[in-house]
Amino acid sequence: MGAKRQTSDPHDALTISRRGLLKGAAAAAGAAALGGIPGIVQAGQAPAYPRGTKLHLLTRINFIPAGDKVFIEQAAEFGKQMGVEVQVERIGENDVQARAAAAVVANSGPDIILLQNNFPHLLANGLADVSDLAETHGKAEGGFWDLSKANAYVGSQWLAVPYGVLSNTMNYREDWLKEAGFSKFPDTYEELREVGKKLKSMGRPMGQCFGHSVNDPNSWCYPFVWAYGGYEVEQDGKTVALDKKGTLDAIKLNTAMWKDGFDEGGLSWDDASNNRAFLAGSISVTNNGASIYFVGREKFPDIAKVTNHAPNPRGPAGRYYHMATHSSAVMKYSKNQPLAKEFIRWYMDKKQYEPWFIAMSSYMIPPTKSWFDHPAWKTDPKLTAFRDSIKDARHLGYAGPPSAKASEALAKFIIVDMFAKAIQGTTPEESLKWATDELKKIYGA
Amino acid sequence: MPPQDFGAAAKTAPSALAVPRVVGRLRSASASERREWLLAFCLLLPALTMLAVFVAYPFLRGIWLSLTDTVIGREGDFVGINNFIKLWNDSIFRRAAQNTFVYTGAATVLKLALGMLVALMLNNLIGFKRFLRASMLLPWIVPTVLSTLAWKWMFDPTFSIVNWMFYHLGFIHVRIDWLGGPVVAMWSVILVNVWRGTPFFAITLLAGLQTISPDVHEAAAIDGANAWQRFWRVTWPLLMPVTMVVVLFSVIQTFADFQLVYILTGGGPANSTHLFATYAYQLGVATAKLGEGAAASIAMFPILFLVVLFQLWYIRRGGAGKGGV
Repeated sequence: MGAKRQTSDPHDALTISRRGLLKGAAAAAGAAALGGIPGIVQAGQAPAYPRGTKLHLLTRINFIPAGDKVFIEQAAEFGKQMGVEVQVERIGENDVQARAAAAVVANSGPDIILLQNNFPHLLANGLADVSDLAETHGKAEGGFWDLSKANAYVGSQWLAVPYGVLSNTMNYREDWLKEAGFSKFPDTYEELREVGKKLKSMGRPMGQCFGHSVNDPNSWCYPFVWAYGGYEVEQDGKTVALDKKGTLDAIKLNTAMWKDGFDEGGLSWDDASNNRAFLAGSISVTNNGASIYFVGREKFPDIAKVTNHAPNPRGPAGRYYHMATHSSAVMKYSKNQPLAKEFIRWYMDKKQYEPWFIAMSSYMIPPTKSWFDHPAWKTDPKLTAFRDSIKDARHLGYAGPPSAKASEALAKFIIVDMFAKAIQGTTPEESLKWATDELKKIYGA
Repeated sequence: MPPQDFGAAAKTAPSALAVPRVVGRLRSASASERREWLLAFCLLLPALTMLAVFVAYPFLRGIWLSLTDTVIGREGDFVGINNFIKLWNDSIFRRAAQNTFVYTGAATVLKLALGMLVALMLNNLIGFKRFLRASMLLPWIVPTVLSTLAWKWMFDPTFSIVNWMFYHLGFIHVRIDWLGGPVVAMWSVILVNVWRGTPFFAITLLAGLQTISPDVHEAAAIDGANAWQRFWRVTWPLLMPVTMVVVLFSVIQTFADFQLVYILTGGGPANSTHLFATYAYQLGVATAKLGEGAAASIAMFPILFLVVLFQLWYIRRGGAGKGGV
């Protein structure tokens, strides 16, 4: 192509001829050999993407606006370098999966979707194989964390490239705990109950969401069950194993904690409600990502100053985390798959990923192990609890293999509703039986 | 409009004999009549096409999907009524069905009562008629998603303006978790539905009220009927055809409601506000099981069909006109 590009608007400057096209293709091939965008830049030639090519990426609205700002700027830069238009569409996190499902059914829509949790398992039939990309990236960065792999690796192929892990751990008001006579955050659920009791009696209850929302309710309920020795299904992925004494103990303790220590509005909360309540000074402790702290640093510095984070409490069987993974899926219907993969390669490259990671203030844990000792984690010791949590993360559907059935249990809020029912007055035994029966229908189908 | 007009209009509805009758008339028609019919057909064509594409096709496709094990991204195989059997044994579905009946029944009765009250008041107003009628329509014309988000904020357990107001007026001493308890949450979503739907009842009933001749009321008054008797013996029977039509529309819309519950509670807490539509969405989209989601959606059809049949039968038999003045 006589592919003259001007920086102002590359599309206007592109004119295609047969010879030019061949030159461009050669440049792209050379660039690929040299390694993605750096190669393209070195070749001094845009690859041969047809004039007017648009790349559409769908993601959630980030709780850390600075991260979105950097990402959008990077996308624009990629578009400029490649001579294509990159559209970054951001929607509410609870709507991403519905949009992805609709796109797969309609066979059209965004080229890339940043999927949460184990949705790649649920939408497996509509996602392109990105094994080459994921394998290369994982190998270059010390390998993926088990959780990231569990949620993006389906069958024998990667259907999404892990992008990051959103950790939920305990957010608490240091000053109020001290006033209540506790010098450090409790280590076990039983101790947390005692702390909560005292805090609630002082008009500063703990707060936890038990509504139908995608992150926080699950991040509290699944680890609670695991910490007491319960889990959804045996290793065969078929035999439901929830009905254990440990699960029952967890339900009973949670119900008792609800009465003793929690704000009783949590049954109708969504993922944003506890953020608002914490920043408004209505609650003292909540299980959440670092978004409360980050918003506090910007808008409520007095609250941020007295906010700290601690690991999830420990139960008799250990300390665990449910974390929302995020991964980039290239849609099978996309006519821009090579370009989409190139874009993912571009933004996962350290040169781009690092500024984004720093802008996100360590809100999201990178999916590969080489970032564990990144200096950014040391800039604020209040955030190390998030980083460390990844080592104790479990995938949905544990102890079975990651699967669409685990996604179904999550989407139906079976574990969350098991706890919510008990809070609402159903006996813990009946709540457990209900959840076990529902899981049997899912895993036995 | 006199009440019998509704019955008469309904009687002209197509029946099983309508098609052969039309064919017969077409054969014996003159050239100009045929041209007129052709024009009529051409004018109807856009509407028919719209109905076929946006109503008939999705409906038939939904029925087909409900008989398959289709999941998102993979065409399914025919599984007969397995999806319906599975739903029958699904405790969440049974809860959603129960919730839907409570939601529809309570909301429709309340909307009718309030709508009638508002219509009667507006009909007897002397000043500010236009202003009040226009402002009354606001809840109905504001996009549901926006108004429901506002309600969600008002119901927020921590920041509820309603709780704040009740507390400062001395009505409550502990805050109400409007969307937290199973019963309170259901009544809260019913309240929002009533708020949104009452203007539709009011404005339609008001239109009906204005077709009733004042002479009838005067005659009843001369005969010694008091206000309640005039309403119960004159207004209500004459208004019955309009009422039946409004109730029919409202039942259909409320029974299949989705947006309001999806935004306010997502069906929670613990499925206590799930309706047919929200659960169908959860099955079909969130769990990717399109076949089961379609089955949950189609499960509404027989019930709505019976409601429609009953109401059309009631209108056609002229029940309203025979209500007795």
